[in-house]
This record gives sequence, C-alpha cells and structure tokens, in this order.
Amino acid sequence: MSNEVLTNDKLPGEKSIAKSAAMTDKLYQLGVLLSLILLCAVMSVLSPRFPTMDNLMNVASQAAVSAIVSIGMFLAILTAGIDLSVGSVLALSTMMMGIASDRWGWGAYPSILMCLGSGAVLGLANGLLLTKLRLPHPFISTLGMQKMARGIALFVTAAAPISMFPDEVQYLGNNSIGPVPVSFILVGILYIGMYFFLTRTSTGRYIYAVGGNKEAARLSGIKVNGILNLVYTISGFTAALAGLVLAGRVNAVYPLAGLDYETDAIAAVIIGGASFFGGVGSIANTIIGVLLIAVLRNGLNLLNVDSAFQTFAIGAVIVVAVAVDVLRQNVLKSAR
Amino acid sequence: MVADGILLRVKGLTKKFPGVVALDGVDIEARAGEIHGICGENGAGKSTLIKMLTGAHTPDSGTIEFDGVTYTSLDPRRAMGIGIGCIYQELNLIPHLSVAENIFLGREMYLAPALNVLDRAQMNAKAAELLADLGLAVSPTARLGTLGVGHQQMVEICRAVWSNAKLIIMDEPTSSLSEKEAHDLFRVMAQMKARGVAILFISHRLDEVRDNCDTVTVMRDGRTIESFAMKERSVADIIQLMVGRSIQNKYPKEPAPQGDVVLSVKNLNRKGVLHDISFDLKAGEVLGFAGLVGAGRTETARAITGADPYDSGNIEVFGKPVRIRQPLDSINAGIAFLTENRKEQGLILIQSVAFNATIVKMHKYGKAGWLSLKRLRDTARKICAEMRLKTSGMDMLVGKLSGGNQQKVVIAKWLLSNAKIFIFDEPTRGIDVGAKVEVYKLINQLAANGAGVIIICSEMEEVMGMADRILVMHEGEITGEMTQADATQEKIMYAASGFKQAS
Repeated sequence: MSNEVLTNDKLPGEKSIAKSAAMTDKLYQLGVLLSLILLCAVMSVLSPRFPTMDNLMNVASQAAVSAIVSIGMFLAILTAGIDLSVGSVLALSTMMMGIASDRWGWGAYPSILMCLGSGAVLGLANGLLLTKLRLPHPFISTLGMQKMARGIALFVTAAAPISMFPDEVQYLGNNSIGPVPVSFILVGILYIGMYFFLTRTSTGRYIYAVGGNKEAARLSGIKVNGILNLVYTISGFTAALAGLVLAGRVNAVYPLAGLDYETDAIAAVIIGGASFFGGVGSIANTIIGVLLIAVLRNGLNLLNVDSAFQTFAIGAVIVVAVAVDVLRQNVLKSAR
Repeated sequence: MVADGILLRVKGLTKKFPGVVALDGVDIEARAGEIHGICGENGAGKSTLIKMLTGAHTPDSGTIEFDGVTYTSLDPRRAMGIGIGCIYQELNLIPHLSVAENIFLGREMYLAPALNVLDRAQMNAKAAELLADLGLAVSPTARLGTLGVGHQQMVEICRAVWSNAKLIIMDEPTSSLSEKEAHDLFRVMAQMKARGVAILFISHRLDEVRDNCDTVTVMRDGRTIESFAMKERSVADIIQLMVGRSIQNKYPKEPAPQGDVVLSVKNLNRKGVLHDISFDLKAGEVLGFAGLVGAGRTETARAITGADPYDSGNIEVFGKPVRIRQPLDSINAGIAFLTENRKEQGLILIQSVAFNATIVKMHKYGKAGWLSLKRLRDTARKICAEMRLKTSGMDMLVGKLSGGNQQKVVIAKWLLSNAKIFIFDEPTRGIDVGAKVEVYKLINQLAANGAGVIIICSEMEEVMGMADRILVMHEGEITGEMTQADATQEKIMYAASGFKQAS
C-alpha cells in the first residue's frame, strides 16, 4: 500500500467532532434519565400516595403493557416508519382469542396461539401493504389497518366484551413469581432479548442499516423488503403479546382495548431518543421513555388532573420530543 | 430592441461555490433572431450560466444586459417578467392538467378576475391558436400526460411564447426526443427565430449544433473560450476548443498483467435507456467508460449490478451466465458497485466505520446469525489500517469523515465482500487532490491483484490517465472503443457527441 501521507485530511478535527457527537448522545440519554428521576421526585412531593409500594407496582404493571407495545413501535420507527395500528391489533388479536376460547371452546394454549398468530398476521399485512402494494408510507398502511382492525374487533362480538379465561391465559398478566409479577419478568426478557437481537445478529444490524439509508442498504445486498416485513410482523406480534398480558390482568377482552396505545408508544420511543428520521435509537432507552410516560399519566391521575389535560400533556410531550429530535439531528448534520 | 440588435449581453459573469469557481468572467452576446449554441464539456459552466440567466442563482460579479437594461442579478420572477424563458431538460409541466391549463399555468385568463373565475373557453381558443401557429396537431383540452415527450416540450415552448419571451433557453432539449420529434423542434425553433426570438441552444449533440445554430460559444472551465459564426467553423474546431488543454501527469497509472475475461456483457438492453451494450472485461484490466452526463454509463453499471432492472441481454461472470435481479445477485457473483453518490447510495452516514465496512454479507462474521462483534471490528480495523484510513476509531461515524476517507470506507466494504470485479462510478468525485492519488493507487492495486476494474469518469483526463481501454457512450449506446495509447480527447469527444468511430 502507498506510503504517502495525506496532507488534506485533518485527523484532529475529525476526532473532536466524533467525540462531541457521541457526547451529545450521552448527554441526551442522561437528560432523559434525570427527567424521569426528577419527575418521580416532584410527584412524590406533590402526592404522598405516589411513592407507596402499591402505587409503584400499579405504575409498573401499566407500564408493562405499554413497554411490550413499544418494542414493535421502536422497530418501526427505527426503519424510519411508524405503526399506528398497534392498539387496534392488540384489540383484534385478543378478541380472536376470546372467540376461540369462548365460542369455539378451544383450549388455553391454542387460544393463546390464536392471539399471537393474529397479531403476527396483521403485522405482516402491514408490511406487505408497504412492500408489495407499495403504499407511499407506513403512516397510510398502518392507519388503514388501525381502522380496519378496530372495525373487525367491534364487529365480531357486536362490541361486547368476553371475560372469564382459563388460568393459563391469565398467567402472564395476573401471576407473580415470588414478589415479582410475571409481566415484569416478561418485559425484562423481551427487552434483553431484543437488545441482543438488534446488536448481535446480522438481521438486527440490517434493521439499523435499512433505517439509516434504504438505498445504500439495498445496494449492499440487504433484502430491504424482507426486513420491513419482519419489522411490522414483530410489531403486530408484540402488540398481541401486550394484549395477552392486558387480558390476563383484567380477565377480559374488549373491542376498545388498546385505544390510543400507539400515541403512548410513539411518545415513549421518541423520548427514548429514537429518531423519526430512522436508523438511530436504542431499545434500552425506550424503556426509560415508557416509564416516563407511565409516571406522568399516574401522577396526573393521583393529582386528580382532568383527563382532558392528560391527553393534552401527552400530545405536548410528543411534539416537544420530536422537536428535540429535529434539533439533535441538525446539530449532528452541521457537525459534519 | 437595442440598436445593434444585441438582445443579451453578459459581461464578466462570475460565480464561486465553496472550493470551486463555476463561472469565471463569462462574456456572451446573443442577438434577436438567432440560434446561439453553447458547447462545453461536463462542468464547463453551462448549467451555472443558465441558472444565472433564469435567476436561480445570483452572480458574485458581472452584469447581465437584457433588452437594453443592465442587471447585476435576476430572480426567477423578474427573469420571466423581462422575457427570459427556459425549457429545462426535465419538463416542468403538470401531467394531470390539460394542454391549455399547462400553457396558461400561473398566467391564466379570467372571466371575472375579482372572483377568480377562469375563462376556459378563451384559454382553449388561444391555446389552439398558439398550437396551430407552431404547426402542432394537438388538442388544447387533451391531458398533457397522454402526449409524447416531444409534444410536451412543444407545450413548454407555447408557454414561453405566451409569456412573450424574447429569449428562450433550451437545455439539452433533444436528449429525450425521437429523431422525428427533434426535427419538429428544429422547425419550431426556426419559426421562433424568424419572429425575432433569440434562442440559447445547449446540446451535447454537436451535429445538431452544426445544423441549426447561427452562432456558437464554446465554454471550458467556467470561461467562454470563443464565440464565432457556425458557418465559419467545423465540428472539429468546436471539439478542439472544448477540450484544448494538456494532460498533466497526475495519474500514477501502472498497467497490470491481464488475464481471462471476468465479466462479459452481451446485448444489454433497457427500453429507452440502454441499447445493445456489449463488452468484455479482463482480470487485471482497468476499463474506462467515458461520455457526457446522461450518456447511460451509470445506467449500464446499475443494470449489471441489479440496482435497476434490465429488459434483455446476457451477463457472464467468470464464464458463467448469471441472471441479475437484485443487488444481492451481483454481489454473490463477485461484483462490487461503488456508486457515484457515496452519501446517498454508498454509506450509512449515521453508522460507524466498522458497521459500514462490514455491512455486505454481515452474517459471515458470526455463527448461526449470532455475530462476533470482535471479529467484525478486528476485520474492519485491519482493512482500514491497510488502506491508511484516517479515523479516530472504528466507532467513528462515517458521516464525520472527509470525502477521501469516506471513499476508502466504501472501497473497504467491497474488498471485504470478496468482490473480484469493481465498478467505480466517479471514483474521485468530491475528493481533494491528495486523496485522489490514493484512490488511483488503490485502483492500480486492485488490478494488480487480478481484479477487473471499471471506472466511469466524467473527467476525460481521468479516464485517459487511468484506463487501459476506453469505451465511449452516447445516449445509451457504445459509440467508441479505444486503447489508452490510441485515445485522444478529440476522439473521445467525437464519439461522446454521437459520431460513430470511423476506423
């Protein structure tokens, strides 16, 4: 190889820019974590009920469902997409489980499979709408799916809920191992598993590649459509799994379950530092975003804040988080 | 009208972009009622000049005198207002609207202007009149999208006529026209000329310039070299003025021993883009593709590498026929495609050096889908050290590297894919001089190691300096082939302008 030394490439400058970019990211993560702690502290001062064990467990078990939904949302946003159908997919998948169990007399495990399978199929349908039918953006395909799935969920039982499930169905949402609810363990396993999937498998890395630059990924031999189908299938699956946890906790399935879950999930993922531009984000930070939203909702409830204001607050949080994302991306760009 | 008949007088027009002087004191005079050809190589400054005249860019210095008024800069609205019209390569029309609606877009006729009510009948009648004037058998109510490209262009010209343009700029107007459509266009141009309109005609097709222009200005390196009456000169004169500079020895070419054919392409076709492309590439050979922008060189590379589909043709790699449907097929066959736009198509800027270097077939750095991050990083570190890549580490984001170092990451990525055939599209675009030499040396080394290398270069000096053999393309066809020893800039320019090689 040549022995010439380049005179025009400025190494020291590059180094400091790289460092400052990494610092920006670290600072952001630290900031989100500090916000969570600060929020908890403020809530504890404002409401003495907040820091009680009972309430914290309540926050955590509500967060568990949202945390599972947010996994799929995180993957979709990582590919520069979005999945607006998660709440409806959750409802329809659990309704299918209810019908299988209640009307068709299926056993517990086949019914559970029905739930998870329905979620995966609906998710795959989202993917295919995007990759085969070439709808212009997943915003459209998943918005359509949101309405279609919700409509079917309402239709199949004429909007009636179904309750009374076998113990196995309730297991994930209702049981504990020692003092620890099974749903917490499930969330732990899913997040750790997803972390390794995303960082240690080629398929996981390809998801980042597709989100970072679709065309470069395609020209590098990555099957972009396959990756997108996989991502939306996982998103449907995790929505259904979250539904299974929810059904276990309340021992019922109902067609309006999961309403607005996509909003909380989007907020959690964006607060967790994933970029709407795709290719950037860490699943570990998503859980912080999930907890922040859960604490915010719980705290506002404890303080008897009008639910209308809660809705407003979540909306505002999303707008602020995305605005911060845009600012961060601009900072990174100008550093280039 | 100005006394001496000069409608447009550009004086000392200069425009600098960061790191490059696009226009360097350009002078041009165009008279009413003449067709004025502007010729020059890629990057000679033609497009920048047009953008000054249409107000898309602001000049740094110099003046534009038009119709007796001197301007230091124009904006698009004012340029249109004083009578400068432009017909771009890419048509600026709306396919879903009717012909008449397109002609009057933005300058509609109203029944009741205050109420914004359009006078459709009058517009259709006026459009029919304009179309008939130009001898076009097109209904004003036809949807524009249903017309052929040639007729759409005529609609653009009607627009310009309706806006009372005194000067019409045509940028490569015939590039997407059939011969008949081009013929119609020239007839209409002659008509416009007879009415006293000045036309600036920019074309890579020098035969068209020869046959239709009254005056020609040749540009090179952002300057006007010479203006002359076409009847006094030949195409050969134009070409000489276009290239006229000596090649300095800045290309460290080292010919490598050549072996068997590694890539053989036969009769590759893509409708409207590529026509019967056939060539062979040998191991150790550096094959250059020359031609003007839009000649189909990138499209050839994209078809061979599965980036775009092709309609017919045979591709053989190492003697084995392959059917390439997607990029992965060509990668598996051992072909690497180093795209022209590193940032858009080659790299994931928000990812690390290690990630980008190992992205192709990443699964091979692990077992059963489970990656060995250590192996991945070690591999990346080793290849980057070999290539003398300057980075603070394997975690450095690629977007933060300089152009030369980014190109090295792209090369590293394809070296790690075990490619044996490398297709470089504009290998040194956006790279500073020092890094260019390093890229050239890497190309030499690839060839020395027995790889077949294709380089697509718009700089003629580069292709002449680095390629063992040169293929010249023009409008989707190969129009010339020459060895490095035979190649001259004139020969290349002849072939690139669509004159098939005599010998």
